[in-house]
Amino acid sequence: MPAAFVGDEAAEPVTKTPPSTRKRKLVDSITTSATSQPPATIELPKRKASKTTTASVHDANADAEQAALPATPQTLSSDKPMDSDDDLNSVASSGMLGEAMDDSSVDFDAADSDDDGLEDFQDDESAFESQPKDLRPAKKAFEVDFNVYSPGDIQHQQDRQVEEVATLLEQPAEQTAILLRFMSWNKERLIEQYMDNQEEVLDKAGLGANMSSNPPRLEAIDGFTCDICCEDEPGLQSFAMNCGHRFCVDCYRQYLGQKIREEGEAARIKCPGDGCNKVMDAKSLDLLVTSDLTDRYHELLMRTYVDDKENLKWCPAPNCVYAVECGVKRRDLTRTVPTVNCDCKHAFCFGCTLADHQPCPCALVRKWLKKCEDDSETANWISANTKECPKCGSTIEKNGGCNHMTCRKCRHEFCWMCMGLWSEHGTSWYNCNRFEEKSGTDARDAQASSRKSLERYLHYYNRYANHEQSAKLDKDIFHKTEKKMQLLQSSSGMSWIEVQFLEAASQALQQCRQTLKWTYAFAYYLARNNQTEIFEDNQKDLEMAVENLSEMFEKNTDQLAGLKVDMMDKTSYCMRRRVILLDDTAQRLKEEGWTFNVDLK
Amino acid sequence: MAGNKRIMKELGEIQSNPPDGVSISLPSESDFNVWHATISGPSDSVYAGGNWKVEITLPKEYPFKPPQLSFKTKIYHPNVTNDERGAMCLGMLRADEWKPPNKIADVLKLVRAVMAAPQPEDAVETSIAEQFRNNRKEFDKIAKEWVNKHAK
Ligand SMILES: [Zn+2]
Ligand SMILES: [Zn+2]
Ligand SMILES: [Zn+2]
Ligand SMILES: [Zn+2]
Ligand SMILES: [Zn+2]
Ligand SMILES: [Zn+2]
Repeated sequence: MPAAFVGDEAAEPVTKTPPSTRKRKLVDSITTSATSQPPATIELPKRKASKTTTASVHDANADAEQAALPATPQTLSSDKPMDSDDDLNSVASSGMLGEAMDDSSVDFDAADSDDDGLEDFQDDESAFESQPKDLRPAKKAFEVDFNVYSPGDIQHQQDRQVEEVATLLEQPAEQTAILLRFMSWNKERLIEQYMDNQEEVLDKAGLGANMSSNPPRLEAIDGFTCDICCEDEPGLQSFAMNCGHRFCVDCYRQYLGQKIREEGEAARIKCPGDGCNKVMDAKSLDLLVTSDLTDRYHELLMRTYVDDKENLKWCPAPNCVYAVECGVKRRDLTRTVPTVNCDCKHAFCFGCTLADHQPCPCALVRKWLKKCEDDSETANWISANTKECPKCGSTIEKNGGCNHMTCRKCRHEFCWMCMGLWSEHGTSWYNCNRFEEKSGTDARDAQASSRKSLERYLHYYNRYANHEQSAKLDKDIFHKTEKKMQLLQSSSGMSWIEVQFLEAASQALQQCRQTLKWTYAFAYYLARNNQTEIFEDNQKDLEMAVENLSEMFEKNTDQLAGLKVDMMDKTSYCMRRRVILLDDTAQRLKEEGWTFNVDLK
Repeated sequence: MAGNKRIMKELGEIQSNPPDGVSISLPSESDFNVWHATISGPSDSVYAGGNWKVEITLPKEYPFKPPQLSFKTKIYHPNVTNDERGAMCLGMLRADEWKPPNKIADVLKLVRAVMAAPQPEDAVETSIAEQFRNNRKEFDKIAKEWVNKHAK
């Protein structure tokens, strides 16, 4: 979602240019006045609707696993809930994303506007009512910290920021909201510019002095003709902002309806005047937006808030209303793959919003998907290695070095190089008049390397596609799982809780195949060195674990009850192998220890 | 409706005072939302001497949405799709740049200006744009061939 990165560009100059001392103090006062807690590198406990979690992809089925694996605490130690303050502190000191993030997201003292979300929740009294067991330590290299927010939370965050800045600027909340939206919610930039030139900022946001003394209103002006609808009847109600572009109220309303309803714009609608770039201010919008549009209008304003913030993204799952906050920035994406888990259970990459693609970095995912899509190498290979018979048109594959081709179908004899009649070449292809020694060698080399690179691609692609396919088949099995579970309950007298090991196994298969799938895209771009072997070993171990579990999973229902312990072991073994693979790969990625044969940027 | 009075006024103005090199007709007396324009190639361009039929469709939201343009006569041009639609979509013809006070006369002036000076950076036909940039001679040649073949 490129729109979400707009905030990145906007925020960048601010973090690079430290504010002057005067402004710095001012900004610091926001943080200190707003919170009694020390700045922390952990996410804070949340209010009811939001969830604070460590991005362990186990989360989705952690409960099921814990129910299913009561006697094997060693299996999922990273998922163990924390229950003491000591644990909490150890999280704080372990850092949000380790060294990789030290220069950016963890720098709370700089009052980086990107961290607003975290600060905002620190002074939220109710925040500390929630259970500390929701906090999980960010121990693994592949995990990132994130929060999930409901629309209510987002609204609350906005209100809180408006309140803070309003106190500081000594402006009413309503006007402050307009100013913040105008500045794309970049609090620090707003304060800085406001301190520099209050008049100008107010003016640009449509809140200038003449606005407060002269609030927007409808007028009937003698001799006015609306340039949009061409109406000119006397007493026609019209409106203009201070740029002077005047139109009748009906046209204005229709224009706004088009923008808000059809084009989804709200915070940055321009004056309808020809060539005018003046953004419509909120007061004018309040006056003109009809009641049937206000809900949509406010919803859009809220979306703008999330879109403007680099550290917030809407969950891409269809119909999901949650937003996720994560400190990973675009520039970090070469060193981390930030998978987050929405409360709706969808695991997605905060960097590119595609479904979870660990361990493969976003840039490689993009390249890989593109490659699979146009499948260009297959086409290249076909064009380099097959030609059509000049006589009958049937496709002929060249599979030896000899240029003397004989069509299998029509027995036409021709020269591979020039497609000319072989009979004109005499006894050997050396006589081909268009053949040059040099270009012939090149052609043969190109042919060989094209085939080799295709074979390499297909090796990885087949495995990638196989896991994608198997994951789909596993999903079908998952849907049958519930039925199996019911059968199992009645046939074995087991309780519902006891048969959940099947669901845990099914979900483990899904997750592990998802991971395996992306290991092949990762491996395709990996340049070979001694580290590659460790990766391939991890990959192989996970492959075997998954196949073992998958096989067992397809057994008959009457056998399943007896396999419970074994299956639980295999499930936890799969998950362990997955964690090992992801952790090791992410650790090296963070240390820039992998060499790729393409550019990650 | 806002649209009708406006459309009638625009039609009256454009028929009594058409932009240079343009004439307008209505194919149907009952439908004021489809206009036919005949545009002559700007004299100092490769299109000089040709005449193009362009269909202008006013959406029902007009003038809050831009009109749609369709070249009914084939033209070799980087900004016009080389298909049966013959669509052109740049500048004020784009939904996000269109402003309701913009007039069809302005659109037609834009079309002639873009015929005189193609905008390869906004191209819909990338290969034609590339040729326009890198092999102007060949571009001019084909464009003129198309004028003789289709627009005369
Ligand atoms: Zn009007
Ligand atoms: Zn204006
Ligand atoms: Zn979601
Ligand atoms: Zn990604
Ligand atoms: Zn043949
Ligand atoms: Zn030959």
